[in-house]
Amino acid sequence: MKTEALHAAHQTEEQPLHHQFEEVSQQNESYVVGMWVFLVTEIMFFGGMFLAYVLYRWRYPVAWYEAHTRLDVAMGTTNTVVLLTSSLTMALAVHFAQLRNRKMQLAMLGTTIALACVFLVIKAFEWSAKFHHGLVPGPGFLWDGTVPAPQAQLFYSLYFGMTGLHALHVIIGILVIGTLGLLTFLDHPLVKNDFIPTELVGLYWHFVDIVWIFLFPLFYLIPK
Amino acid sequence: MKIDHSHAHPIGMYLRTFAALLALMVLTVAMAFVHVGPEGTSVFNNLIAMAIAATKAVLVVLFFMHVKFSTQLTKFWAVLGFLWFLLMFIMFADYTTRPREYIRGWEPAAEDPNAPAAMPQPPAR
Amino acid sequence: MSTAAPVLHGESPKAPPSYLQAGHSIKSWLLTGDHKRIAVLYLISVSVFFFFGSLAASMIRIELVSPRGVMLESDTYNKVFTAHGIIMIFFFLIPAIPAVLGNFLLPIMIGARDLAFPRLNLLSWYLYVAGGLCGVLAIAFGGVDTGWTFYTPYSSMYSNTNVTLTIIGAFIAGFSSIATGINFIVTVHKMRAPGMTWFRLPLMVWGSYATSLIIVLGTPVVAITLLLVVMERVFHIGVFSPELGGDPVLFQHLFWFYSHPAVYIMILPAMGVINEVITCFSRKRIFGYHFIAFSSLAIAGLGFLVWGHHMFVSSQSMYQGMVFSLLSYLVAVPSAIKVFNWTATIYKGSVRFQTPFLYVLGFMGLFVVGGLTGLFLAAMSTDVHLTDTYFVVAHFHYVMVGGTIMGFLAGLHFWWPKFFGRMYPDSWGKLSALIIFVGFNLTFLPQFVLGYLGMPRRYHYYYFAPEFQFWHIASTAGASILAVGFLIPAVYLLWSLKYGAPAGPNPWGAKGLEWTIPSPPPTTNFLETPVVREEPYSYDAEAEEREEQAKEPTRA
Repeated sequence: MKTEALHAAHQTEEQPLHHQFEEVSQQNESYVVGMWVFLVTEIMFFGGMFLAYVLYRWRYPVAWYEAHTRLDVAMGTTNTVVLLTSSLTMALAVHFAQLRNRKMQLAMLGTTIALACVFLVIKAFEWSAKFHHGLVPGPGFLWDGTVPAPQAQLFYSLYFGMTGLHALHVIIGILVIGTLGLLTFLDHPLVKNDFIPTELVGLYWHFVDIVWIFLFPLFYLIPK
Repeated sequence: MKIDHSHAHPIGMYLRTFAALLALMVLTVAMAFVHVGPEGTSVFNNLIAMAIAATKAVLVVLFFMHVKFSTQLTKFWAVLGFLWFLLMFIMFADYTTRPREYIRGWEPAAEDPNAPAAMPQPPAR
Repeated sequence: MSTAAPVLHGESPKAPPSYLQAGHSIKSWLLTGDHKRIAVLYLISVSVFFFFGSLAASMIRIELVSPRGVMLESDTYNKVFTAHGIIMIFFFLIPAIPAVLGNFLLPIMIGARDLAFPRLNLLSWYLYVAGGLCGVLAIAFGGVDTGWTFYTPYSSMYSNTNVTLTIIGAFIAGFSSIATGINFIVTVHKMRAPGMTWFRLPLMVWGSYATSLIIVLGTPVVAITLLLVVMERVFHIGVFSPELGGDPVLFQHLFWFYSHPAVYIMILPAMGVINEVITCFSRKRIFGYHFIAFSSLAIAGLGFLVWGHHMFVSSQSMYQGMVFSLLSYLVAVPSAIKVFNWTATIYKGSVRFQTPFLYVLGFMGLFVVGGLTGLFLAAMSTDVHLTDTYFVVAHFHYVMVGGTIMGFLAGLHFWWPKFFGRMYPDSWGKLSALIIFVGFNLTFLPQFVLGYLGMPRRYHYYYFAPEFQFWHIASTAGASILAVGFLIPAVYLLWSLKYGAPAGPNPWGAKGLEWTIPSPPPTTNFLETPVVREEPYSYDAEAEEREEQAKEPTRA
């Protein structure tokens, strides 16, 4: 197996030190820990809806199973593959940022954005199918299954709420990754010779992926 | 504790993690169609599904998010977040210990499949 | 304590300008990264919101003077007390001490040049102002009548007031809070000066750290809960609707999961301030440093386990209620430990009764009353009678006003010379402290009686019990005195900015890194990074010297 250079090709230039810090390792760890604290807030944020989901699924297991049969497992699985791949490309983007290989980094960032857009497109198809079948919560909710309509509506409320909130985070992610890509392309001082912004954006994106890792089995793979 | 982040990890690590994630995804999809455990309850299927999802999350956290190579402080926060989320499930102590009788006049409709088969009725006054 | 010699203004032509002098343009203030300037920006904005919240409070108190109400319709009254609650809680009590005192002092107390993320700090102020403006805008459009607690299904389905806009305001303010919390946590972990170990930190830093823990772990939950209410109003995504099989009590669980820890967000910083002031004005080391430090963490942790005591009568399971009751009693213990330790600190100290210390004494008395009355509410059997009465209102005002606001005023008066390099007239300070204490007790002590007698919360009429009027009139009289008490400091503090005596680096003779640098400090705080070698609150040396002098035989 060919061993590759794990040091930056041209690391003669120092990573810039921000004025409030004493040394670069302190700075890097501060940013990473700060991002993790933020992700903890995101865990608690999504957590509230996950809690509501688990509660109602425990209460209405039959309704949950039947309501979920209207979801398209193939689309959900495809989206999972798409998002997992985007996580890989994002991690690789960080890898190339550390190696100061701007070209590959930009390629990986671009691929991540493209995959994220694919995710959103598939989600748009899924959602419009739901609209078409009248499965949107509210006065226009149409339900012809055997379980009571209110309980099915509850399932779909959580479905739209949680996948919607997740999709919103994907959109924000696309914007942030896009901004990062632009700054990298322009060799802007904020990102020049500093892989940390990419690492931080990567942390956010992996979190978005983790949320989907849980959403997928919870909504699409409910056993009988 | 100083960690030198500027040294990158071999690409192979990311590819192997990705392969593991895909494999686990295939497994979880397959498990949805296979019934595990005694008939009438899907608890074991749910547990397995959550275990697989948790494993995938751990892989992402450790390798994609570099937590395996990070400082104690980072690891602390990564763990704390998920633990604190689990804390919220104390709310279940309420829902599982609520009284099991229906209030007279509020019994669910007969055709509700989610209503338990036989519910104790409060004593007639 | 520090190896850097304090540089006074005018002493050397190369002395750096203070942070107030470093740039005079609006841009230099509105785009600043300096934590001290951001603290001043926060001071101005929280004061504005406190003023609006007080206006709402005065309308409440005027309304309650007569058994049939005085000037408000029921719907309007609902909007007024909701506005009072939302403004005071989200836009004053939660940010005040951390964002004003914490922002200014935390980096200096640990020997750093700034917080870990100065731009995030500035963003947090903008988010705060934006959130507050949304809230004010919602009030201008006609207000909200759900109560600050937004209980479903009224808030999610039936109320036709500006719920969504108000929630958006609170939501944005929540992000401001979270940003501050993240900043403080990383700063305390990573930016301490050499020699500043965890157990050499001033206890105000421990208090701020514990507060930040609560902020980051709890605020997101109320964010998602309120977001779900908005989703139900706007998109019919009904997670709390009984018609769909949803549970309105789930809203209460999720809401109080944050809102109970929120009260610890309000009190822990105040407790942090008390530690600093009490040691300086008793000229004594704090008694039981480790206990106080760990009790802050204990309050933060245990505070997350007691939210159900707001829901004893909500149809929550009685068994869960018992557990919450027990845990609520437990959470009182760390607070009690602090009060005992503070008392022990004052004991045999060399006490000076200056303005900050008066507020500390006020805090200790009033917080104890508030805390003890909380125990009545933590016991399910008494809570059933007292819940949703004025007893609860009195209880939380004792801890929030008698506790947090006393702490805020103590801190403001203690560090005012450090912030602005000016001293205020201490006699006016003492007078207002006294007026506030008298006014506060006259306002809220009768409310315990009212609650016990059965006066319900959030009612603006009580014609069914005209005997309550005496207590209501006493309460309103107290509120007028309290208002005067709050206005006087506004006047003399602002006066002191221009006419107050200039203050040196250490007008109180206090220990702590902040007192080793000029007043007001230069932008980078320290000229050289201090190296910490002393324990905190090292007033011992003075105490030993006093004892030596007392033992010396009289000279011939």
